[in-house]
Amino acid sequence: MVSLVVGGNRLPLTTKASAMNRVYANEEVCVGCRLCEVHCLVEHSASRDLIKAFKRERPRALARIRVQADGDRFLALQCRHCPDPPCVRACLTGALYRHPVTGAVYVDADKCSGCWTCVLFCPFGAISRDVARGVIAKCDLCPDRLVPACVANCPNEALIFTNGEEL
Amino acid sequence: MSSQHFRYLIIGNSAGGIAAAEAIREVDQNGSLAIVSDEIHPAYSRPLISEYLAGQRSLRSMALRPPAFYKRNGIEAILGVRAQRIDFGEKSVELADGRVIGWEKLLLATGGSPIVPVMAGGEKEGVFTFTTLQDAQRLRRAVADARRAVVIGGGFIGLSAAQALVHRRLAVTIVELKETILSTMLDARAARLVEKTIRRQGVTVITGQSVREVLGRPEDEGRVGGVVLSNGTQVLCDLVVVAIGVAPRTELVAGSPVKVGRGIVVDRRMATSVPGVYACGDVAEAYDFLHGENRVTPIWPNAVLGGRAAGHNMADWPDTYAGGTAANSLNYFGLAITAAGVVDPADGSCEVLSASGPGDGCYRKVVLRDGRIVGLLFMGEIERSGVVYGLMRDGADVSAFKESLLSRGFGLASLPEELRRQKLGLPVGARRE
Repeated sequence: MVSLVVGGNRLPLTTKASAMNRVYANEEVCVGCRLCEVHCLVEHSASRDLIKAFKRERPRALARIRVQADGDRFLALQCRHCPDPPCVRACLTGALYRHPVTGAVYVDADKCSGCWTCVLFCPFGAISRDVARGVIAKCDLCPDRLVPACVANCPNEALIFTNGEEL
Repeated sequence: MSSQHFRYLIIGNSAGGIAAAEAIREVDQNGSLAIVSDEIHPAYSRPLISEYLAGQRSLRSMALRPPAFYKRNGIEAILGVRAQRIDFGEKSVELADGRVIGWEKLLLATGGSPIVPVMAGGEKEGVFTFTTLQDAQRLRRAVADARRAVVIGGGFIGLSAAQALVHRRLAVTIVELKETILSTMLDARAARLVEKTIRRQGVTVITGQSVREVLGRPEDEGRVGGVVLSNGTQVLCDLVVVAIGVAPRTELVAGSPVKVGRGIVVDRRMATSVPGVYACGDVAEAYDFLHGENRVTPIWPNAVLGGRAAGHNMADWPDTYAGGTAANSLNYFGLAITAAGVVDPADGSCEVLSASGPGDGCYRKVVLRDGRIVGLLFMGEIERSGVVYGLMRDGADVSAFKESLLSRGFGLASLPEELRRQKLGLPVGARRE
């Protein structure tokens, strides 16, 4: 059978990458409150405390999700965890990789050199520069949570964590 | 008679070679696979040699893959041995140590070699190129007791070298033949900003000049003591870095049936004119989606994408190279720039949109032809340049929203709904409630 070998783990290519859970935004419902950004930032801070994360931690953590506005329409967007990720292909240092089992795209911050090549190659504009640390910041789907912080804290369920079947 | 035989043989152990090996293993876990390289190190991130030279990065953290990569993927790594002759009839490669290796599918991922101009005194001790880790290691030893450096070439590699040498506290002079640095990647305005940024770091930039002679030292003629520019000016230095550019390393196929243009010519499957022989990366002349023809576009991401397509096809899993074009991200002394395609159109057939601010470090430019993006240049705030590059690579007609491409808040939200939903993998044409 056709399978992927990365880091010793084999992932059948027949496993549909679309079967993995991703965060989707319902534009009809999003009010642009940007609480997802706030909770994403806190989740990726050292203290994971709202007040400390904003008031004390320097450099401040970065939100991986960004709310974009076009007039009165809002779109909350983060890494789409592409099945064939252009950022991973473009990465000059091997810092970006696609998890062989889950299919999620991660960055190894120790290897990232802050060259920003992935920023140019991400067709979603979903990779941020953490200039203070000299590395990129991107969505990791909150590995310590069952449901990502942005979704869990969206006040009106504009963010959905789904494998796409509910769309 | 071959002493060893592999189903897949890859010559070259960098971006293209590694990507191809991984792609082969996605399809075929059992076919024997070997990678040959004259470089002794396991695959490393070539662009990081400047951070290594600067003393900002260890050898270990330059590794492209974990140490067990070759073993775990069943790859025989034949490193530190040069492939010196290919017999396309016998399907074998002769290595510098005398070994002869047979293959069924061959990938030429030999990369580029630095272009070294003819200069009197160019053979003196203290003249370096800067494309391999070994170059960086040699330079790192040399900078220990050097105070002044001349970098020949104000392109991508030259500026990376200059940045590293500044970190090493050397007084650096860049000598560029063209009127502006980075002339193949940027327009004059962006180039001037980079120049200003690096001058602020103490770098001397001399444009419109080349080095015609490398001088020795009064006490030792054999060691670099300075250079003479084409206008006769002398610049004193302790070492010279030649960074004019790279040329496809095609010597292995010289005089062979493999078709060579500027690089090794490949089709959309990354196959050369000889059956069973493929090429990718800096050595290849492969499809450029922007120009609609084959070109040499020696950038890392193209090598990976081409290598993946080559690997899949070598393992008999049909794959088409989507094509690449010139696309670069620069980050010198904290000045972020992304640029792709035609950034400075020579003729009037293009529509050029540009915007500036906030501050004089931010600049955005999009070049259109017939409603489609053919070039982009973002400086300062570069986050959304990827969306523009994506539209360029898709060949999307952007005439309906072209003005928004330059707005600071531009992003996926700015795209027409159908295009946006399509990109996000959402059902298109879904009924609004």
